Amino acid sequence: MSAAAGLKHDARWRWWEGALLLALVLSWLLLPGQALLLNEIAILALFAVSLDLILGYAGIVSLGHAAFFGLGAYAAALFAKLVMPDPWVGMVVAVALTAALGAVCSLLILRGSDLTRLMVTLGIASILYELANKLDWLTGGADGLQGVAMGPLRTPFGALDFDLSGRTAYAYTLLVLIVCLLLARRLVHSPFGFSLQALRDNRLRAASIGLSVNARLVAVYTVAAAIAGAAGALLAQTSGFASLDVFDFHRSAEVLLVLVIGGTGYLYGGIFGAIVFKLLHDAVSAWTPQYWNFWLGVFLVVLVMVGREKLIRPRTWFKRS
Amino acid sequence: MLTLLFDGIAYGMLLFVLAVGLAVTLGLMNFINLAHGAFAMAGGYITVLLMNRLGVPFLVCLPLAFLGAALLGALLEPLLYRRMYAKPHLDQVLFSIGLVFIAITAVDYVVGSMQQNITLPGWLQGRFDISWVGVGKYRLFIIVVCALLTLALQAVLTRTRFGAQLRASVDDPRVAGGLGLNVNRIFLLTFAVGSGLAGLGGALGAEVLGLDPSFPLKFMIYFLIVCSVGGTTTITGPLLAALLLGIADVAGKYYVPKLGAFIVYTLMIVILMLRPQGLFARAGGGK
Repeated sequence: MSAAAGLKHDARWRWWEGALLLALVLSWLLLPGQALLLNEIAILALFAVSLDLILGYAGIVSLGHAAFFGLGAYAAALFAKLVMPDPWVGMVVAVALTAALGAVCSLLILRGSDLTRLMVTLGIASILYELANKLDWLTGGADGLQGVAMGPLRTPFGALDFDLSGRTAYAYTLLVLIVCLLLARRLVHSPFGFSLQALRDNRLRAASIGLSVNARLVAVYTVAAAIAGAAGALLAQTSGFASLDVFDFHRSAEVLLVLVIGGTGYLYGGIFGAIVFKLLHDAVSAWTPQYWNFWLGVFLVVLVMVGREKLIRPRTWFKRS
Repeated sequence: MLTLLFDGIAYGMLLFVLAVGLAVTLGLMNFINLAHGAFAMAGGYITVLLMNRLGVPFLVCLPLAFLGAALLGALLEPLLYRRMYAKPHLDQVLFSIGLVFIAITAVDYVVGSMQQNITLPGWLQGRFDISWVGVGKYRLFIIVVCALLTLALQAVLTRTRFGAQLRASVDDPRVAGGLGLNVNRIFLLTFAVGSGLAGLGGALGAEVLGLDPSFPLKFMIYFLIVCSVGGTTTITGPLLAALLLGIADVAGKYYVPKLGAFIVYTLMIVILMLRPQGLFARAGGGK
């Protein structure tokens, strides 16, 4: 089998990929009462998918991915408040801004060890948090950005308002999620995507067979930042609100966990992880609202102790490694 | 101006004592321990609870805080940490974030989420006025204690047999093990001492830094800055980095309060860009 045929073979559609996309669409039709929760899940899933691009495919451990999510949220909310309330235009603006930030930040993560990258990503998120906190005339500071009125969603079927049931919001989120998924899927199944995995596994060797490592890292980091920005913009637009916690360390840690629950490096981990995580969150919060973080911590420790790759492969549970 | 410098030095010394254990974990086992602040918090809470509930004098609390945190470290190291050394960094990060979350909620549950205050003994309150420089007595106390600790640490590391063994293990754990050193035991001891120092730092810092359940998260980035900027191959590197950070932070918050933490974070990113292995790393050192 030639290399090109091999790539084609890997990139062909699997039955479960189609089933997953179908299930996403069906969830909108069949679960109208759950649209608000589903909307949150879909936003988290999109955020986790963007992290998967840099963590699962390029092997960059980031503790500050919330920087892009937060910037997307604030950009979309501010744009709606100050310039124009149209969600589509706001989305484009937010994505463009976060992509620009991602491109700048990607230059900072090229050098150094895992620790350096961790510190730099964490630092960028902290700087943005402080910015949003201190520029209170623009962002509302610690009170959050209030008074964001979203315009109706212009579609071929007429203008739809974001209503309280959240069905319009969920349809909008789903559309963005699916478009981003298809884009990301195209990306990781391209020769570019394979070269990313090569440099994740061995950067030195990838460089010595003539791959331009830095250019690839910059490209994938920018794309991932843009998608995270889209997720943030979705949150701000569908809730009509942006607050400091979009930049919070908790959010960066949470999305790491979501991705790890679902499994890294196959693109759909974020979606499964987000579903499990949100349902778990709802269940534990209903039982003990204040101490959800405790069980989250216990879960993390146990997960790493037994080996996180086992979680998504149930058949390995009873085998000795 | 000089008062600011003085406060900055006190703050920096405190950060050094808090973070030096982390430098060892990072340097020795290449382990990213985000939960280091939890040990500091343990020391702080031991002091606060002993003083406020049982009326134990402050000076007695300090060694107890050290012992308590060291014991916690000695307990957790073989139980949990040791299995993490060989794992990828992502696993270590997830694991230690988990520990931080557990520590925060556990303290919140047991003690409550409010800020804890301690009342310093009378002879540590107030300040000297040497010509026109105001010198807080407690700040001076911190500097003296931390300087003594630093000297002691440096002496142990460079003059004693244990220090030589530790340095050998840091440079190459496999060869050190091959030479018959019990690397596991050396590391257990070092981890316990590092945690103990963090606990002592937490106890000393309860008055200066403030103590509430979110302590490990709030100061996590500061500890990491000290280690990543200072490099983990020497003890003077983190010390200088901690002093730099302390002075920059205090001066920054005083002169440009609007900018607040920007200065520190920006400085860190710039330094890490120019010297990814840390400012004071030995040439060719680091991984």
